[in-house]
Amino acid sequence: MSDRNRLPVIQDETAGCGADSPSRRDFLRTAAAGAVIAAVSGCKPDAVVEELQRRHLTELSPARLQEMLGKLEKKWSAQYGKAVTVGARPPMPGVNFGYGLDLSRCIGCRRCVYACVKENNQSRKNPQIQWIRVLQMDKEHGVALNHATPYYDPEKVPEPGHFYMPVQCQQCRHPPCTKVCPVKATWKDPDGIVVIDYDWCIGCRCCTAACPYGARKFNWAEPNLPAAEMNPVTDYLGNRPRPMGVVEKCTFCLQRSRSGRYPACVEICPVGARKFGNLLDPESEIRQVMERKRVFIFKEELATEPQFYYFYAT
Amino acid sequence: MGFGEFLQGAGRQVVTGGKAYKAWVAVLVAMIGIGLVGYSRQWNQGLLATNMRDQVTWAFYIGNFTFLVGVAAAAVLLVVPAYVYHWKPIKEVVVLGELLAISALIMCMMFILVDMGRPDRLTHIMPGPGSPNWPQSMLSWDAMVLNIYLILNLVVVVHILYRAYRGRDYAKAFVVPLVLFSIPAAVGIHTVTAFLYAGMAARPYWNAGILAPKFIASAFCSGPAVMIILFQILRKTTAIEIKDEAIWKVAELMAYAMFFNLFLLGAEIFKEYYSHTEHLLYTQYLWQGIGNNRALVPYAWFSLTCSVAAFLIFVVKKTRMNWKTLNLGCVLIFSGVYIEKGMGLVIPGMTPDTLGEIYEYRPSAVEWMVAIGVFGLGALVFTTLVNVAVPIMMGTLRAKGAPVEIPGAGH
Amino acid sequence: MNIPSWRAVLPFAAAALVAVPLAALGGPPPTPAKAPAKAPAPAAAVQDIQAEPPPFSEGIFPCSQCHDKAGDPTPRQLAFHDDLQAELHHGPPSRWCLDCHDNGKRDFLHLINGKQIPFTESYELCGQCHGDKYRDWKVGVHGKRTGMWDGKKTYFLCVNCHNPHNPRFKALKPEPPPIPPQEQGR
Repeated sequence: MSDRNRLPVIQDETAGCGADSPSRRDFLRTAAAGAVIAAVSGCKPDAVVEELQRRHLTELSPARLQEMLGKLEKKWSAQYGKAVTVGARPPMPGVNFGYGLDLSRCIGCRRCVYACVKENNQSRKNPQIQWIRVLQMDKEHGVALNHATPYYDPEKVPEPGHFYMPVQCQQCRHPPCTKVCPVKATWKDPDGIVVIDYDWCIGCRCCTAACPYGARKFNWAEPNLPAAEMNPVTDYLGNRPRPMGVVEKCTFCLQRSRSGRYPACVEICPVGARKFGNLLDPESEIRQVMERKRVFIFKEELATEPQFYYFYAT
Repeated sequence: MGFGEFLQGAGRQVVTGGKAYKAWVAVLVAMIGIGLVGYSRQWNQGLLATNMRDQVTWAFYIGNFTFLVGVAAAAVLLVVPAYVYHWKPIKEVVVLGELLAISALIMCMMFILVDMGRPDRLTHIMPGPGSPNWPQSMLSWDAMVLNIYLILNLVVVVHILYRAYRGRDYAKAFVVPLVLFSIPAAVGIHTVTAFLYAGMAARPYWNAGILAPKFIASAFCSGPAVMIILFQILRKTTAIEIKDEAIWKVAELMAYAMFFNLFLLGAEIFKEYYSHTEHLLYTQYLWQGIGNNRALVPYAWFSLTCSVAAFLIFVVKKTRMNWKTLNLGCVLIFSGVYIEKGMGLVIPGMTPDTLGEIYEYRPSAVEWMVAIGVFGLGALVFTTLVNVAVPIMMGTLRAKGAPVEIPGAGH
Repeated sequence: MNIPSWRAVLPFAAAALVAVPLAALGGPPPTPAKAPAKAPAPAAAVQDIQAEPPPFSEGIFPCSQCHDKAGDPTPRQLAFHDDLQAELHHGPPSRWCLDCHDNGKRDFLHLINGKQIPFTESYELCGQCHGDKYRDWKVGVHGKRTGMWDGKKTYFLCVNCHNPHNPRFKALKPEPPPIPPQEQGR
């Protein structure tokens, strides 16, 4: 293990961002204190003024950003009745994320869909938002979208004659979605993750039209996130609560992955079909997949060059 | 005596009119009321109040937007001969064409606004407070060209009317360059709008080079159709004189545009059906339906029937020069293009969706209400503008002491 | 057994180190074991690896609590372990208990060459026949890992997912399908 080609940077980052590091605990404490303050003073007009004065994320100073995150923590801690943290984890240097999905293993059980919903605070119903869509396909036709359905509901999966293809954001190297955004509310970070600033998005849905993978979901109404089910460990560009009228999508669970953890869908998969790691590390699981198996990318002809690879291990 | 006085005079004229005018305005205000009721429901509930969903994320609103961009662009059809060649019969009505363009542009922007998830963040698209994604995003370009085209038309129309109000001819050195610029701008709004769709590789139905020319061709059918009808109404209801000659000329130009539009449509259909790739699905959804999903099929064939019938009416000189058949042809081509450029363009582009799912979209009650409101607003803007412009053009509305006859006009 | 390289085996040795004492306690412990923290810095990566303990049926381990000495090695239908015999569907029908379980050291398994291995290293046993899967598993292509993608992680053993007596993956009840668009907001 010691000879694995690890970049020192990665380990440093990991050490600093561990799930129970002291800084995280401090964060929780401040947030809890903030919750009390927010509960006492419910000030709405300020929020409107603030919204209007808001600048693009890249134009914010670190201090201004922290202030903004602090305010969000207060707001949501009060709203959900728990200590909500809102991080702004930067991309990790020397890391470019890659994802592998073994189509020969996936049984279409949709555990990943619901683990994702829970981890990423998606709206539960009206609108129901799910970042992963599992398509049931016919073995007879192969990967053919005109023979695919996400609505299969048998007693048991897998069903004979079928295979399953989960689709989520493919984190394209040439993302058509960021290109069309009229306000630069979405962009690709250096670690490969395509992110959205939900507080900058104007909800024009150009990106949903441009995405070839149906990965981008729109908040057609005020998201329905029960307080009890709210995951309080959040990131500004990741799983923090979203407002009505904006677009959201899979971020490889950046609140987890940028802290060194596996995305929620990887951890839940009962068949181990989901592989995740650093494409720059030759020993990483995803690189090993590429080394040993033949991978393919979805809708290759569109030259989006996803960082999400499908493969058949057997 | 300055611009303020002109605005006051224009303002007084807006509320001046006969019974018919007031009744018509009341109808339009009622339409806007319906729109407001619809939009307040949408504002509270979110876009869930529409029938758009993640499978079909753009629909009726954007379809109407696209159609109206065409109407707005068509003003150029009148502008070119009027200003560049000083062709008098058309010159008299060109202001009306520009007023139509202004009204259509306002409707365009309203349809974008009601389609936005966060209209409160509109400033984000503006240079300065926002961060427009130039030059990459076609929508940021579209916002720019639409605004430029709107300003251009406003400036030209206001200048002409203001000068006329004061009994003077427009400043040629000022108007002509602007008018010349409005020609590429008109083509620009339609081209950029077409590129908005054509640039999306994820939607094979839109991802075609033929889209922009097709937009232009259809715009030159639908826009003038509206104008021909309006001109006839205006010369009956107002004192304005619009020569038959001008209308015949517009109709003749429309016949060419219609032929071109049908030709491009045929070229597209041939390519899809003959090559029969997986991309055929969208065209098939429009013309034949897929399985039991046939929501658009009757509209598609109705639209085609209208367009072909209108073309036949316009191509035969006898029917083109007959008021009854000409008007029928205008209604037919308007309906044909409205369906083709609205629902017929937007919906099949998204059906089936990118993962092959077919969601049969039909506008919801809220969408109809909001659209009625937007059309009401556009018509109200046009009506009041015309109500101001016509008396000025006729010389009945003048600044105190300004001559009725404009010296040097109509050379 | 043919060992590919010391490098490949190292993590599993570490995993075994952790899991052996747990397995000896009898029955699966509720949480995965923590790696011992005594090794010096260079070995940090090794410590990052741990394995899920092998799953045992309630009260069945250690085997030696009943099997105190070697039994009759003749393949036959046993008068006990009915449930296990009934579910045994692994390889040819001739497969029987002592092909894998060690007759002498009852709390151990054995490889084809006679080497005795603890239950926590059963992957070596599996790897004898399923070499391709074993190779894939060692690098993370087959199987499942949880924890940190670039640090401390837990490996799932073959037997955590596949019942060794009946290894074919069982069908599952799927989670509910998504709500179709026409029913959203209704």
